Amino acid sequence: MAVRQALRRAGGRLLATQGAMAPAALGVAGRGLSTSAEPITLEIPVPFKGHNVEPPSRTVETSAQELTEFFRTMFVMRRMEIAADSLYKSKFIRGFCHLYDGQEAVCVGMEAALNDKDCIITAYRDHCTHLGRGGTVLEVFAELMGRKDGCSLGKGGSMHMYNKKGGFYGGNGIVGAQTPLGAGLAFAQKYLKVEGVTLAMYGDGAANQGQLFEAMNISALWDLPVLYVCENNHYGMGTAEWRSAKSPEYYKRGDYVPGLKVDGMDCLAVKQAVKFAKEYALKNGPMVLEMDTYRYHGHSMSDPGSTYRTRDEISGVRQERDPIERIRKLLLSHEIATVAELKQIEKDAKKEVEDALSKAKESPSPDSEELFSNIYRKSYGAKSYGADRKEVVVTLP
Amino acid sequence: MGGRRASLPLVSRLCTSVKPRNNWVQKRSFITAKDLVVEEQPSGEEEKRAVTNKLNLFSAVNQALLTVLESDPKSYVFGEDVGFGGVFRCTTGLRDRFGKHRVFNTPLCEQAILGFGIGLASMGNRAIAEIQFADYIFPALDQIVNEAAKYRYRSGNLFNCGGLTVRAPYGAVGHGGHYHSQSPEAFFCHVPGIKVVIPRSPAQAKGLLLASIRDPNPVVFFEPKMLYRMAVEEVPVDDYTLPLSSAEVMRKGSDITLVGWGAQLTLMEQACDEASKEGISCELIDLRTLIPWDKELVEASVNKTGRLLVSHEAPLTGGFGAEIAASITESCFLRLEAPVSRVCGLDTPFPLVFEPFYMPTKNKILDAIKASVKF
Repeated sequence: MAVRQALRRAGGRLLATQGAMAPAALGVAGRGLSTSAEPITLEIPVPFKGHNVEPPSRTVETSAQELTEFFRTMFVMRRMEIAADSLYKSKFIRGFCHLYDGQEAVCVGMEAALNDKDCIITAYRDHCTHLGRGGTVLEVFAELMGRKDGCSLGKGGSMHMYNKKGGFYGGNGIVGAQTPLGAGLAFAQKYLKVEGVTLAMYGDGAANQGQLFEAMNISALWDLPVLYVCENNHYGMGTAEWRSAKSPEYYKRGDYVPGLKVDGMDCLAVKQAVKFAKEYALKNGPMVLEMDTYRYHGHSMSDPGSTYRTRDEISGVRQERDPIERIRKLLLSHEIATVAELKQIEKDAKKEVEDALSKAKESPSPDSEELFSNIYRKSYGAKSYGADRKEVVVTLP
Repeated sequence: MGGRRASLPLVSRLCTSVKPRNNWVQKRSFITAKDLVVEEQPSGEEEKRAVTNKLNLFSAVNQALLTVLESDPKSYVFGEDVGFGGVFRCTTGLRDRFGKHRVFNTPLCEQAILGFGIGLASMGNRAIAEIQFADYIFPALDQIVNEAAKYRYRSGNLFNCGGLTVRAPYGAVGHGGHYHSQSPEAFFCHVPGIKVVIPRSPAQAKGLLLASIRDPNPVVFFEPKMLYRMAVEEVPVDDYTLPLSSAEVMRKGSDITLVGWGAQLTLMEQACDEASKEGISCELIDLRTLIPWDKELVEASVNKTGRLLVSHEAPLTGGFGAEIAASITESCFLRLEAPVSRVCGLDTPFPLVFEPFYMPTKNKILDAIKASVKF
């Protein structure tokens, strides 16, 4: 508990993976890893690009603690997604599974600039976003496998993860449909004077949906504190951005809504941009943030990911822009950690993921009554038979 | 009934005589290539057998699209990812053959795809729009309901978008979850001005799709995605159409009439087989076109048997089975021996892990058949 509070004080809300993190962090700190909160000033390598707004400064303040936490959290996310890959291939997870590896810097950087008064709503690539908002790896795995201990009681699956306390409104399957919802969340925040913003996240494929522009118009008209975060991984399923959009400069597509283009593979750039945008949104209204990011896996587990892009491209991005490697280089060059200490963090993270996985596998399937629960607020109000057509499961109240 | 069957064109009769063997193995069985047994048609004269190929559903759809693109230079196929062949391979090879000006990808915008298709069709072109999954058709619902269906009516027949055909894969697939398994046909059956067509097999699909594309009214064509690869049938290679608004009797019977469409018919056939072991003779009808539907055929059948069972994957309340039930009750009330039975999906969102409980399975249908017969 004390460790979590210390990290909170370190600036922004950092990931709180309940329980399992504390011993690891203590153990790591005990080895002499520098987790000081002393500010370190860094320069963001890739400049921001602004549309109708002056971009923020490229100088960002961080600390050893924050960078270590970035590294650890992104590593846990990476391992979780890779574990989900093998779970899918061994048929523990069925249906659809959209993996986020490669894009971790976006949600980790965002969380460093947000707190629990802010809301996030995103599309279906939501496993890591859920973790960032306070979910646990166990909840994610259990939900993926459709078990009771999942965050949505096993009824949502990969695409529908939610966290009420963390203000994470999911997890949405229909592309682009979550953006007007984001405008609504922001209205509530503004009206109730919560001093928080909503991040309505979408992808480059969804950027061509009409409802996004409707949402942008409404939020600009009413000065709603919403940030439209376009996670541009350059491929909408198998379609490259230049083949589906006349203007792939998604940060400019808001027109009268100012925009910022950010290197989405750099945690610190994302943190800086979101911090800047949050201040802007609370005062003025919506802003579009285009995160230039990349996913290593295909669109989903049924997509090899190599029919519409070359393997060279994928490995090129992995070598040059991988978010975890970038933080690793920072940690090593600023002598915050040694190679051995980082290896220990990785080992602990792997163990955490494996423990969560084995616990999730033991979780039971939801009860059959759950099929009829929560369709409406009170019981359904009609007669519905169970699978054998004899037993009445739900009746009129 | 017999006369009606004999008046069908030769190829349809060949198709209807294709029968599966009776030893199903899987829970949800499909006609596979080795299960096909093509019956010899008894005929007095030397009939030329139509040349056929063993094709699955997506290949049959592909052939139909090929035929249209070849025969009509003003036909176009478009939708998300159709260029490389589509996520279900229905449009494979079309772009290479006919060029990117006739077979092209659209961005991710269903409403615009439909609106665009309606505009294209109203200038006298055959616009064949693909919606990647029927679950995604709802942004386009306004365009279909308010624009496509009413165009001819509100312009006093000055304009129409009859050249529009919307194709979408529908139905459960075992692991599709909320947004890759829905059967939204009921929403469209409520709209006068469009037609809704659902094939049950590859040969039916090719004929019905060709008929739908050439029909001078906008048609929404739902393809059972479960059957894309699994259903294999002898499909005639030439250009043929099957009549719209004409239901087909798949098997004759005298005790109860079963009405269904699409992939559900496979299960209903299995239930009929099991029922016949208990001495219940079932008449199975494939509705094929949902609106306007072949009321006469169904009424004639119910007047013969006195019992009706409708089955579909879509939820029970407000499903198209309700329309059939109400209509038949109106017209055949005094003949009915038992209430019309509906075996449908449950009134829940399409579930993930609970899919086996949600689905109208063979046993549910069989139970309902027996309950109806013993009423």
